[in-house]
Amino acid sequence: MRKVAVVGAGLTRFMRRAQETGPELAWLAARQALESCGMTLNDVDSVALGSAPDAFDGVHMKGEYLSPGAGGWGRPVIRPYAGGGTGVLMPVHAWFHVASGLSDVCLVVAEEKMSSCHPHPQGAFLTIFDNILERPLGPNLIWIFALEMRRYMETYGITKEEIARVSVKNKRNGLDHPSTHVAQEITVQDVLDSEVMVAPVNRLDISPASDGAAAIVMVAEEVARRVTDKPVWIKGIGWNLDTAYWTNRDLAYPAYVERAARMAYEMAGITEPRKQINIVEPYDPFSYKELHHLEGLLLADKGEAPKITADGVTQRNGNMPVCPSGGLLGVGNPIAAAGLMKVAEIFWQLRGEAGARQVPGQPKIGLAQAWGDLMQVGTVAVMGID
Amino acid sequence: MRERTTPLPGTPLSDGAVHRGEALTQTWPSSLRYAWDTGVAIGRFLSELKNGRIIGRRCERCERVLVPPRMFCEQCFRPTDAWQLVKDSGTINTYSESYIRWDVSRIAEPILIAVIEIDGASSGGFLHYLGEVKPEDLRIGMKVKAAWKLPEQREGSILDIRYFRPFGSAQDRPA
Repeated sequence: MRKVAVVGAGLTRFMRRAQETGPELAWLAARQALESCGMTLNDVDSVALGSAPDAFDGVHMKGEYLSPGAGGWGRPVIRPYAGGGTGVLMPVHAWFHVASGLSDVCLVVAEEKMSSCHPHPQGAFLTIFDNILERPLGPNLIWIFALEMRRYMETYGITKEEIARVSVKNKRNGLDHPSTHVAQEITVQDVLDSEVMVAPVNRLDISPASDGAAAIVMVAEEVARRVTDKPVWIKGIGWNLDTAYWTNRDLAYPAYVERAARMAYEMAGITEPRKQINIVEPYDPFSYKELHHLEGLLLADKGEAPKITADGVTQRNGNMPVCPSGGLLGVGNPIAAAGLMKVAEIFWQLRGEAGARQVPGQPKIGLAQAWGDLMQVGTVAVMGID
Repeated sequence: MRERTTPLPGTPLSDGAVHRGEALTQTWPSSLRYAWDTGVAIGRFLSELKNGRIIGRRCERCERVLVPPRMFCEQCFRPTDAWQLVKDSGTINTYSESYIRWDVSRIAEPILIAVIEIDGASSGGFLHYLGEVKPEDLRIGMKVKAAWKLPEQREGSILDIRYFRPFGSAQDRPA
């Protein structure tokens, strides 16, 4: 297999509602990513395009709809899909293209425009539930998070206050991110006092619905050496799917995230993840999910992620910064684009180009992770500068 | 070098701009309807709900009783072997109180929901409502029992069970 590097990245603002269409958002991010590494579409061999459920847009064949803005013209284009896990499934697929030798340059674009769906984008989530046994009950997406969060809390004796610290940290980190539309300085008490949506989930435990796009450029080693002196290598990739019978699963521990992480660690030669991984962007659509995922990624013992959070380990200046970007809670959650934003953040952090968000200590190895489908998929990318 | 002040592209729209017609929108109400075949496994499951019973499928290789039932074991990847009636009682695996409807509109009285581990199933169980219980009395591990619709009201639907209620309340005790 050939070595694969990320050499460019671009983002739009994340917005509650964007004037731009999906293809226009994709174009804005894709153009930036190409310009950031001095490339044009002529240099691109293939395109990996990501977006979450078509139901947000009400446009079927969304990949084809978005493709003109994503450089998807006259070349191989693929649209892998894993719900919320899509953002980090994109670099997995781009890695296939480049590592295999099929492409020297793969443009990776993720876009989401959730605001088109009325009365609320949550309505589109109704259609992810089992059509016969669950939809008649009128579920919303927050139900499934609330049920999992309760199981996680009670299994390990975790409190709401401990979980609220994640929202406080990420929304503060997001203040330094130029894409944010939800960053703010809040306290644990603000989270606890925000309205209860589906207990134990309060409003400030949840990331918003957003519009936005992200893009990166992934290339073969010889191209990377030509276009940059700071390539960020894809060291390992992993992804894993658990059963769709979610009511038959252990909700306290994301075993599928662990399986995805182990796959990526083996490829990257990571034997002691807590020592070797310097910086982490786990998926944080809800506050407790950051903790859940740190445990699944083997970066904290089961039930212990709240403790390392309370101890400051996961702060931007801590020993293992977690969501230094601000994450979905602090920047916004245009689903597929939010996942790819995490990959872009690791890219900028490892290059020392994260500006006000830059973590100290010159991190060498970083990890981005996304999660989704019906609470069942883990997607992981380990990146490094050596 | 990327700084926090770097302007990023994208044009946020306010609700006001849309309402005032300054930003043009095109609307389209979706009016599609679907009629799903319930399948072999879930079709039988629903038929048994109409009879006031919960049924699963047994896999002899992994020795699991699967609820909801499937005609194949997704772990052993072989046909399941037999139908098996299970109880209409179970244990709360996790629960929640929803103060919003599916479209995020708020409701005063919460919808109580739970994942119920069905007695006699080894796979776990399914999602349903809870009733005849105060939210503050709910706990993981609580024993619950199905509250059925009257037989003539049942339609072969997950809603033939109205909800699960605490097991051991007055009506469960012998007179």
